[in-house]
Amino acid sequence: MNVLLAILFLMQQTPDSLSTDTVEIVRPAPPTDVIAMDTPNDVGGSVSVQWEISEDDGKGLNNVILYNVFRGQSEEGPFDYIGTVGAGRTSYDDQTVEKDKVTYYYIVKAQTKEGVESEASNVASGKAAPQWFHHGRWNILILGILFALFFAFYIRMAKGKELFIRKIAGLDAVEEAVGRSTEMGKPVLFCPGIGYLYDIATIAALTILGRVAKKTAEYETRIIMPNYDPVVMSAAQEIVKQSYTEAGRPDDFNEKDIFYLTQDQFGFAAGVDGIMLREKPGAIFLQGVFYAEALILAETGHSVGAIQIAGTDRVTLLPFFISACDYTLIGEEMFAASSYLSRDPVMLGSIKGSDAAKVAIISVILVGAILGILGGLNIGPFGTWFQSLVNWFGRG
Amino acid sequence: MKERKGLIIGSVILIIIFIGMLIKGEPSKNIMVWIAAILTLSIYSFLYRDNIFYKFAEHLFVGVSVGYSVSVVYQNAFIRRVFDPLFITRTYIVEGQFHILPFLAVVIPTLIGLLMVSVFTKRQAWLIRIPIAFVVGSYAGMSISPSFQANIFEQTRSTLHIALSISSFIMIFGVITTLVYFFFSKEHKGFLGRTANVGIWFIMIAFGASFGYTVMARISLLIGRMNFLLYDWLGVIK
Repeated sequence: MNVLLAILFLMQQTPDSLSTDTVEIVRPAPPTDVIAMDTPNDVGGSVSVQWEISEDDGKGLNNVILYNVFRGQSEEGPFDYIGTVGAGRTSYDDQTVEKDKVTYYYIVKAQTKEGVESEASNVASGKAAPQWFHHGRWNILILGILFALFFAFYIRMAKGKELFIRKIAGLDAVEEAVGRSTEMGKPVLFCPGIGYLYDIATIAALTILGRVAKKTAEYETRIIMPNYDPVVMSAAQEIVKQSYTEAGRPDDFNEKDIFYLTQDQFGFAAGVDGIMLREKPGAIFLQGVFYAEALILAETGHSVGAIQIAGTDRVTLLPFFISACDYTLIGEEMFAASSYLSRDPVMLGSIKGSDAAKVAIISVILVGAILGILGGLNIGPFGTWFQSLVNWFGRG
Repeated sequence: MKERKGLIIGSVILIIIFIGMLIKGEPSKNIMVWIAAILTLSIYSFLYRDNIFYKFAEHLFVGVSVGYSVSVVYQNAFIRRVFDPLFITRTYIVEGQFHILPFLAVVIPTLIGLLMVSVFTKRQAWLIRIPIAFVVGSYAGMSISPSFQANIFEQTRSTLHIALSISSFIMIFGVITTLVYFFFSKEHKGFLGRTANVGIWFIMIAFGASFGYTVMARISLLIGRMNFLLYDWLGVIK
C-alpha cells in the first residue's frame, strides 16, 4: 500500500516542481576558417594549421584562454589531440606528422579557463612535403657562392706556389711539449673534448692530432687519447695509425691507447681527470669542443705539472683555457693551425679565402656604418639604403 | 709526517662537524639519497688528491654512463630511426603504395652505418672510412647554411644596428680590429700589427666579462650540490 502511495506521489511531480539546480555551460565560439597546408621551406614531416580567432577571444565573452588542435586520419574523425597554443595565436605547426604526402585532417577548438571547449571548427586537410630549396635564404646562397669563389681562387693559387700563413703562437710549442714528455719519460695526452665528428673544431683537432702523433712516433713517446664519441675514436685511430706509418714506425702504434671512455659529459671529465692523475702525462693537448668540463680538465692538467696546449672555438670556455693552460689557440687560430701544420694546398688556400671573406665583411660593415651615419643625419636616400642593407642580412 | 698530522686533524674536524649535523639536522631516511650523497663526497674527495673513494666513484660513473648511453643510442638510433620506420610505421608505404625513395632513405644509411663494425675485422677495417667520410662530408655541408646564418648574417646585422653614439662606434671599431687579429695572410707588423693589438685587447676584455659570467653559472652548480647535501641529505637547512 505504501509503495502504491509513493508511486502516486512521484507521478504528481512535474519536471518544473523538481529541483533544477544545474550549472549552465557557456561554450565559447569556435575558431573559424581553419586551413591546413604544408609547412614551407622544411624537410617535410610538418603541417601548418591556421585559423581565425574565436569571437570570444579578446572580445565577446572574452573567456578563451587557449586553442586545442586535433588531428585525424579521415574527415569524419576520430580526431586525436596534438597540441595547444595560447589565446590570440592563429597558427600551429604539427611537427609530429609521420608520413609525407598523406592527407591529414585537422580541427581546432577554443577553450576557456574552466576547461570548457567550443564546438569543433570546420575540418581542414593538408599534406606534409619536403622542399629542395629554402626560398628565404637566397642571400646565403649568393654570399656562399661569392665566398666559394674566393676559396676556389686561392686554392688554385696555392697549388702553384706555397702561400704565406703567419706564425701562430702555440704551434711551435707542439714540438717542445712532445720533446719535454719524451725527456721526462711520460706519455702525451690528447683530449678531443666532447664534440662529434661534424663539429668543425673536432675536425681541426683531428688534423692537429695527426701532427702531434707524428711527433710522438718520431720521439717514440706514447700518446693516450680518451674519446667521448665512438665515431671520433675510430677517425682518431685511423689518423694516428697513418701518422705512425708516415713516421716509419707503424709497429709502435697501439690502437688501445686511442680508446672510448663514455658519452656522459661529467663522466668523461671524471675519467680524463683520473687518467691525468695516474698516467701523469708530460704534455696535454685539449683540442676540440669543450663545455663546463673545460676548467676541471685544465686545472687537473695544471696540477700534474704538464705543459698544456688548448684550443677551442667555444667563446665562453676560452677564458678558462687562457687562464689555466700554457698556450691557447683562440677560435679560428685553431682552424688556421690545422692548415698551417698540414701545409696542404687546399687547406692553405681555404685560410687565404677566409681572409678574403673577412675583408669583404669589414668592407660591408664600413659601408653600412657610413650609410647609417649619413642616414641618421637625414642626408639623401642613405637611410633607406642602410635599412635595405640591414634587412638583406636579416632575411631567412 | 706534518702533512699526515694535518690530514688526521682535518679528518677528525670533518667527522665532528658531520656528526654534529646528523644530530642537529633531520637526515634523510631514503637510502638512495644517502648513496647519492656518499658518491658526491667521494667525487669531492678529489680536491684533496686521488684516492680509493674517488676511483670507485669515477669508475662507477663512467660505467653507468656507458650503459645508459648504450640504451639511449639503441632507443634513439636503432629503434626510432631504423626499426620503427622499417617495421612499425613503414614510412615507405603511402596510401597502400610502396615508395622506393623513403625505403632507401632508411636502408642506405643503415647499411653505411653497419660498415662501422668493419673495424672489428683486420682485412676489411678500411671500410670504416666510408661512414666516417659520409658523416664528416654530410655534416660539413649541412652546417654551411646555419654557420652563415649565425656567424655572418646575424653578426653583421647586429653590428649594423647602429645609432649616432659612442657605443656604436666602439662596437664597430671592436668588430673590425678583432677581425683583423684573425687575419692570417699577412704578418702582424706595422699598421696591421697595431690594429691586431687593439683587437686582442677587445678580445681579452670580452673574455674577462665571459669569465665572470661563466664562473657565476658554475657557482650555481656548486650551490645545487650543497643544497642537496645540506637540505635533502642532512636536513640542516630547513
